[in-house]
Amino acid sequence: MLDPAELEALLLSLRVGFWSVLCSLPVGLAAAWLLARREFPGKALLDGLVHLPLVLPPVVVGYLLLLGFGRQGPLGALLQDWFGVTLAFTWQGAALASAVMAFPLMVRAMRLSIEAVDRSLEAAARTLGSGPLQVFATVTLPLMAPGILAGAILGFARSLGEFGATITFVSNIPGETRTLPNALYTYTQQIDGEGPALRLAAISIVLALLALAGSELLARRLKRRLAD
Amino acid sequence: MLEIDVDKRLGDFRLDVKVDFEVSGIVALFGRSGSGKTSLVNLLAGLLRPDRGRIAVDGRLLFDGAARVDLPPERRRLGYVFQDARLFPHLDVRDNLLYGRRRVPRAERASDRFRQVDLERVVALLGLQALLGRRPRDLSGGEKQRVALGRALLSAPSLLLMDEPLAALDQARKEEVLPFVEALRDELGIPIVYVSHSMDEILRLADSMVLLSEGRAVAYGPLEELTSRLDLRPLTGRYEAGAVISVTVAGLDLAYGLSELRFAGGSLLVPRLSAPIGSRLRLRIRARDVSLALSPPGGLSIQNVLPAVVADIGGESGLSDDGGEARPQVDVRLDLNGAALWARVTRRALDELQLAPGKAVYALIKTSAIDRFSLGRPPGRRFLPPG
Repeated sequence: MLDPAELEALLLSLRVGFWSVLCSLPVGLAAAWLLARREFPGKALLDGLVHLPLVLPPVVVGYLLLLGFGRQGPLGALLQDWFGVTLAFTWQGAALASAVMAFPLMVRAMRLSIEAVDRSLEAAARTLGSGPLQVFATVTLPLMAPGILAGAILGFARSLGEFGATITFVSNIPGETRTLPNALYTYTQQIDGEGPALRLAAISIVLALLALAGSELLARRLKRRLAD
Repeated sequence: MLEIDVDKRLGDFRLDVKVDFEVSGIVALFGRSGSGKTSLVNLLAGLLRPDRGRIAVDGRLLFDGAARVDLPPERRRLGYVFQDARLFPHLDVRDNLLYGRRRVPRAERASDRFRQVDLERVVALLGLQALLGRRPRDLSGGEKQRVALGRALLSAPSLLLMDEPLAALDQARKEEVLPFVEALRDELGIPIVYVSHSMDEILRLADSMVLLSEGRAVAYGPLEELTSRLDLRPLTGRYEAGAVISVTVAGLDLAYGLSELRFAGGSLLVPRLSAPIGSRLRLRIRARDVSLALSPPGGLSIQNVLPAVVADIGGESGLSDDGGEARPQVDVRLDLNGAALWARVTRRALDELQLAPGKAVYALIKTSAIDRFSLGRPPGRRFLPPG
């Protein structure tokens, strides 16, 4: 059904999406918690920073990543020296670009779900012998779980569609960074590329619809669950 | 012994409570809404932090501003039953019940307090068997409150705080939960601080009372004593105001369906009670249900006519709060051989009868004025008024 190049692009996209979500989830959760629950100097700055990828041109994000995490970039050199990890022009770099671009959506979904958690339940848990961390693990987290899943799916869907930052940061290398959007872009640059491009577009649409359906399903479960 | 000496500013409201009292059985924390009851309980539980002061339970320091002691709520070992049950919606009833129990510190698991309650006993005591597998959203208000009660109990607290646990329930649901609270008191003997603004509940459950007004503890003492004090009148309530007396069930008139209750001031006939003869009860007689006469009246339907002496007249209660306009009614405190009773009469009657302290009168109490909501039961005996 899919030819090898399409399959490669699809699997790569799924892999990049999976890792970008997995790695940004804990960071996103921490950011969501800070924004929802804490007052601290610089909160507005953090809020702005988290939302920046939403309003910046993706190319700018990609370029900034290249500056920071490229081989010559300060962070990129550090990662290379300490862990032997290269991000520039690798699929891991694509995952980072996706993660950064998806971050605001993910944080937003999780922040809303934290704000929906009844804090009086947390107080009750404290009087029953749970410390703050235990309260978070046994009350807050389970109650916001549907929101976390929704945020993850949203982030995953966003990362499947990531193009601008990815192509700027890690280029468009077949088998390494040629994700679905990159492959589609490649076909549109070729003579007689309309057919394959259309097929990739169809695959993308199916994937997006699946993600949307999943998130809708979870949103309903969340509503039911919080309707105590 | 609960020692409280705390100061807390909450917006425009200032809570400044200094009171020490022994918690045995149920101590009621009574005050109007806005008097700071809930804030005080939250300070005890550690959910609010005092600006300064000291809180200790049985010599165990929970908070001391000067010594920088401030135990977090999870280490205070106090049970808390909230007005809204606050059950965890993601857990079933069984896991809700065990939530606190699973977190009892290891060191305390050998204690009597921990071992005298277990899931089985609490489930039996609170009638929760059929609910164990259910989710909180499938429970009625009364059932939720019973589960919340069990959950707090199972954490083996040294003291149980109950913040108007029945206030959100209708009368039928209240009647469903009240016997369980009585059972706790009688069978587990766990000390309870019971917050309420309902005299009915307090009368039924509590032995002593802390009176809270505008953020201050105004008085502490046995129920009978506080309800008979003239200076506390404006606080113990105007419309529902009445005296609380201890009585003994002395006899039963089967033909007429009446019970005879005896107390220091004489005997009273009330609609038949299911309490056995010899049992001791607490009875509230509202001031508005008591009338006065100068001589024993004849040809009267009222069965309870008791000789009394006017002890005091609530002069100031004849004035409105701003001291201006005169109110039409006055509360008169009566002394019936040591027992206090209140009568609410009009100012006009006061003048016509020339009532003054020391004057001998007769107190008239309608039998039907004493209903099941006027009855309480001191701890130690099982008794339910007829439904």
